[in-house]
Amino acid sequence: MALDLNLDVALKYLPFLLTGVSTTFEYTALSFIFGCILGLLIALGRISKSAVFRTPCLAYIDFIRGTPLLAQIYLIHFGFPQIFGYKPVGYIDALVALSLNSAAYMAEIYRAGIESIDRGQMEAARSLGMTYGQAMRYVILPQAFRRVIPPMGNEFIALLKESSLVSVIGMEDLMMKSNMMAGRSFRAFEAYFTSALIYLALTLTFTRLLGRIERRMKTDGRS
Amino acid sequence: MVEVRNLHKKFGELHVLKGLNVEVKKGEVLVIIGPSGSGKSTFLRCLNHLELPTEGEVIIDGVNLEDRRTNINHVRRWVGMVFQHFNLFPHLTALQNITLAPTKVLGMAEEDAKREGMELLRKVGLRDKADAYPEQLSGGQKQRVAIARALAMKPKLMLFDEPTSALDPEMIGEVLEVMRNLAMEGMTMIVVSHEMGFAREVADRIMLLADGVIVEEGSPKQFFTNPRQERTKLFLSKIL
Ligand SMILES: Nc1ncnc2c1ncn2[C@@H]1O[C@H](COP(=O)(O)OP(=O)(O)OP(=O)(O)O)[C@@H](O)[C@H]1O
Ligand SMILES: [Mg+2]
Repeated sequence: MALDLNLDVALKYLPFLLTGVSTTFEYTALSFIFGCILGLLIALGRISKSAVFRTPCLAYIDFIRGTPLLAQIYLIHFGFPQIFGYKPVGYIDALVALSLNSAAYMAEIYRAGIESIDRGQMEAARSLGMTYGQAMRYVILPQAFRRVIPPMGNEFIALLKESSLVSVIGMEDLMMKSNMMAGRSFRAFEAYFTSALIYLALTLTFTRLLGRIERRMKTDGRS
Repeated sequence: MVEVRNLHKKFGELHVLKGLNVEVKKGEVLVIIGPSGSGKSTFLRCLNHLELPTEGEVIIDGVNLEDRRTNINHVRRWVGMVFQHFNLFPHLTALQNITLAPTKVLGMAEEDAKREGMELLRKVGLRDKADAYPEQLSGGQKQRVAIARALAMKPKLMLFDEPTSALDPEMIGEVLEVMRNLAMEGMTMIVVSHEMGFAREVADRIMLLADGVIVEEGSPKQFFTNPRQERTKLFLSKIL
């Protein structure tokens, strides 16, 4: 049996698929930014000495990391509107789900970064009369930020792939476009393989870019 | 300047400090020696509440640290501390290390802090290193920057925790020199150190701490030439 591959279909639909890339990018970039901000706050709560802050942050991180993103998307898009009685907006729900999800992973990245800073740094800062907040802001976080850049980059790449899940609630990202292509052309293999290759091209590009940033950081020293 | 009454510190079951009573007058230099693990660092750290005493009181310049109304951040402004491993901020230059606390904690203007910072760098012999990052400095230079950083807050009391024990021998002298000058200017200092030459020359009083109690204290002369306790003789014979 000869393999029935149709390259022409793939080429024909390529521009159509590429229109989904910008949506994929939008979700990835926006949820990455929200995740960075929210993640930092959660990380600070997570390492707080006060259980009032620590416990909810810990529970949040555990819940998000211990449940599938798909379940989280369904919960936000179908679950909450049902019990609170409002009309779901796919675009917002997708962004919220991705942001909340990445925030939990980011929080753990920040925490690892902060905890990797020598204890003596906090002590030196406090011994000069700085408050905990000042010591964090001027001494600990600037050092931690440099160390979290590599894992943050990995998180960005993971997010790029996971954003494909927003297609389940009808968002027209790259994944959704390949669904549509498969439906219209009846060429499922060509549709999904082409979109997979596009994802691969994107993740490889970012991996390279990240590698370059890391090398640059290494050569200009200061940890 | 410093008054410590019945200071106890426990880490869980471990009873590290067992009721210390210490008094240090203004302008006095107290050198603390003692075997590893005897609680020297813990004692110093209780003086600025990097460790909280389990029992007892620390009173610095009339301020009782154990008083609930005392804001420890205010007290720390004028209690400088120098660490064994320097703990310079690696992401800041030497000058920025010095100006950070005065500007952020005291609200000093940037230029004033810089001017005073440069003056302090000159004082510790590192004026040409203002823009160097810690990793570009030798151990001795790092420790001198760390001293300047503490001095930038214009402390009334300086605590030194083995400031030279992480240094190569040839760099110890330059750090001790800075400390000696500081003592001569009348700074009140509590120094944990096993530099006996320094202790003999600069200390007003030497104290031997072992197993969480003060074994003996006295003037350098009395301490070295005529120790009263067997424990002191034993310890001195090991380090001299
Ligand atoms: N945060 C802590 N938690 C538990 N135990 C501690 C802590 N800090 C110090 N200790 C213990 O308290 C004892 C005294 O420690 P400390 O650092 O004060 O000794 P030291 O006299 O400074 O010793 P060295 O000369 O080695 O610096 C040690 O047994 C140490 O293990
Ligand atoms: Mg010690």
